[in-house]
Amino acid sequence: MSEPKSGVDAGGGLRLSPWNLLLLLPFLMLITPWINADEPRLFGMPFFYWIQFAFVPVGVLAVAVVYLKTRDDGPVAPGVAPDVDELDEGTAGGSLAR
Amino acid sequence: MIQWFELVVFGVLFGVVSVMGFLASRWRRAESLEHLDEWGLGGRKFGAWITWFLIGGDIYTAYTFVAVPALLFGAGALGFYALPYTVVLYPIVFLPVLRLWSVSRVHGYVTPADFVRGRYGSPLLALLVAITGLVATMPYIALQLVGMEAVLRTMGLNATGVAGHLPLLIAFVILAVYTYQSGLRAPALIAFVKDILIYIVILVAVIYLPAKLGGWSAVFGAASDKLSQPNPVTGRPQGSILLTANNQLQYITLALGSALALFLYPHSLTGVLASRGRNVLKRNMMALPAYSLLLGLLALLGYVAIAAGAKPITNNATGRPDTNTIIPVLFDQQFNSLFAGIAFAAIGIGALVPAAIMSIAAANLWTRNIYKEYLKRDATPAQEAKQAKLASLVVKFGAILFIIAVDPQFSIDLQLIGGVIILQTLPAVAIALYTRWLHRWALVAGWAVGMGYGLYLLYLIPNPAAGRAHFGGSALALDKLTLLGWHPFGGSQVQIYVGFVALVVNLVVAVVLTPVLRARRVSEGVDTTSPLDYHADEESDLRPTDTPAAEGVATR
Repeated sequence: MSEPKSGVDAGGGLRLSPWNLLLLLPFLMLITPWINADEPRLFGMPFFYWIQFAFVPVGVLAVAVVYLKTRDDGPVAPGVAPDVDELDEGTAGGSLAR
Repeated sequence: MIQWFELVVFGVLFGVVSVMGFLASRWRRAESLEHLDEWGLGGRKFGAWITWFLIGGDIYTAYTFVAVPALLFGAGALGFYALPYTVVLYPIVFLPVLRLWSVSRVHGYVTPADFVRGRYGSPLLALLVAITGLVATMPYIALQLVGMEAVLRTMGLNATGVAGHLPLLIAFVILAVYTYQSGLRAPALIAFVKDILIYIVILVAVIYLPAKLGGWSAVFGAASDKLSQPNPVTGRPQGSILLTANNQLQYITLALGSALALFLYPHSLTGVLASRGRNVLKRNMMALPAYSLLLGLLALLGYVAIAAGAKPITNNATGRPDTNTIIPVLFDQQFNSLFAGIAFAAIGIGALVPAAIMSIAAANLWTRNIYKEYLKRDATPAQEAKQAKLASLVVKFGAILFIIAVDPQFSIDLQLIGGVIILQTLPAVAIALYTRWLHRWALVAGWAVGMGYGLYLLYLIPNPAAGRAHFGGSALALDKLTLLGWHPFGGSQVQIYVGFVALVVNLVVAVVLTPVLRARRVSEGVDTTSPLDYHADEESDLRPTDTPAAEGVATR
C-alpha cells in the first residue's frame, strides 16, 4: 500500500487501504427489512434470529482479513525501512513542536 | 425462603475470587503500585489473553446478562438489538482504537479526556469530556449492583428495607478493598474465573433448557403467544418475536448508537489502554465477537423463560415485580441447586469485574482531569495514585448509596441517559483521532446543544405501561421530534433512538460553527500530538516507553 508522506495529510497521518472497505460488510445486518422474517426457520429458530447469528462469523472474517492484509502497513514491522525513517523524522518534528 | 445450598456454592466461589483479588497486586509485580499507570492501567503491558478477558468483562456485564434477556422477555424482538450491536461494534472501532492506543502510549494519556486536552489544548473541552464520562459511568456501576441484587434476592436474601441491601453491601466492601489495593490487576485476574463460569453456564443453559422444553420452535411458539397478548394497561400487544413497522428504525439506531457509544465509555478505554500493543488489540477485535454469540444465545433465554413459565420475583425493597430477576428465577427453577449456585456466582462475579474496572476508570478521570488539572497541578505520581485509589472507594460507595437510597428503576433510567450523553463526546474524542478540522469551540457548542437536546427529547418520552409521563425510555416516536416548535415528522409513530438524533444535531452544530469560528480567527489551540504518534507501537521505542518518561510528556 503506497501511502502519502506525512506532510500531505498532516491532519492525522491517515493510512488508507481499500481492504478497510471490507469492514462495511457486517453493516448489511442492520438493513432490517431484509432480515425481518419468520421463514425459513433453522432448528425451529426464525430467520430473523439465525441470520443475525450467522453475521457473527461474517464480522470476524471481515476484521480478520483487514488485519492480515494491512499488517505490514504501519511503521510497526521492523525492517520496513522507509516507514522507520519517516517515524524518525516525525519524532524530531514532534518534539520541536512541543 | 433462603436457598442454603445455592448460597453456599455462591459464597465459596465468591470467596475464591476475593482471595484472587487481593493476591492480584503481586501478579506481574511492578516496583510500586504508587503510580497511575500501574494502579490504573496494570502497567500497560497486558497481552492478548488478558486483554480479551478484561475487555470482555467490561462489555458483557452482569447487567447485560440479566437485562438483555429481561428485555426479550418483556418486549420481544427489539431486545435482540444486543446481537447486531456487538457485531458491528468491532468493525467500527477496529481502526480508531488502534490510533487511540498509539497516541496514548506516546503521550502517557490515561483517559479519553487526557487525549482531548493534548489534541485541542482546551482544558474546558477536556473537562466536559471528563465530566460526561463520570456522569455516564456512575449509574452503570449502580446497575452492576442491580444485576447482583437480582441474584441475591432470587437466592432468598430478599429482605425489606435497608437489611435487604446488606448482602450487597458486604460484597461491595470486599470488592472496594481489593480494588483499592490491587488496582486494575484485580479485575483482570478475576475476569478469567468470571468468563469460564459464564461460558459453562450459558452453554449448558442454551443446549439443555430448549431441549427440555420441546426445542426452539416450542420456545418461540410460547414466546409469540405470550407477547401477542394485550398489555393490561395500554391494551396493545406487549411485543412480538419479529420487528414491527414502528420499531425497525429504533432497532437499527439503537444497535448503531450503542456500538458508537461503547468505546467512548472511559472503562472500555481503560481495558484498551492497558494492553501491550497494537497487535494485541487487533487480535482481540477478531476474537471478542466470541462473546457476541454468547450474548445472542443468552438473550434468547428471555424466550426460554416465557416457555418455562418463569415469573419475576417481587423486590421486597420496592414492592414491585422486578423483571431483572427473570433469568435467575429460570435457573433456580430448572437447574439443581449445585448448578444454580454456580450460575448465580457467574452472574455475581460478572458484576464485580466491570464494577471494578468502571470505578478505576472513573477514578482515573477524577485524578487526571479534575484533581491534577484544577486542584493540585504539581501532584507527584504517588499522589496521583493515592488520589485515584481514594476516588475509586468514593465512586463505589456512591453507587451503593444510589441503590439503597433511591429506586433501582432510577439507576436504569440514568444508565439510559448515560448512553445518550456519552455519545455526545464522539466528535471530540473519536473524530479527533482522524482529523482536527472541527474547531474546539465548535465542539464545545456541539456538545452543549447535543446534550441539551438529547435530555429534552428523553424528557418527552412517556411510558404508559409503567405509568410515567417522562423519561420513559430511549425510543422516541418521530411524531414527538421537535425542532424549536416545528414537528418535521408529525403523525409518524416510527421510533428512533434518542442518542442518535442528539448526536446528529451535535455534529451539525459543530460542522456549521467551525468555518464561522475559523473566519473570525478564533484561537485553535495547540495540538501536542503529531501525525506519526497515531501509528506508534510497542516495538518502535523511538518515544518514551516506560512509565516515568511518559509521565514527563503528560505534565507538559
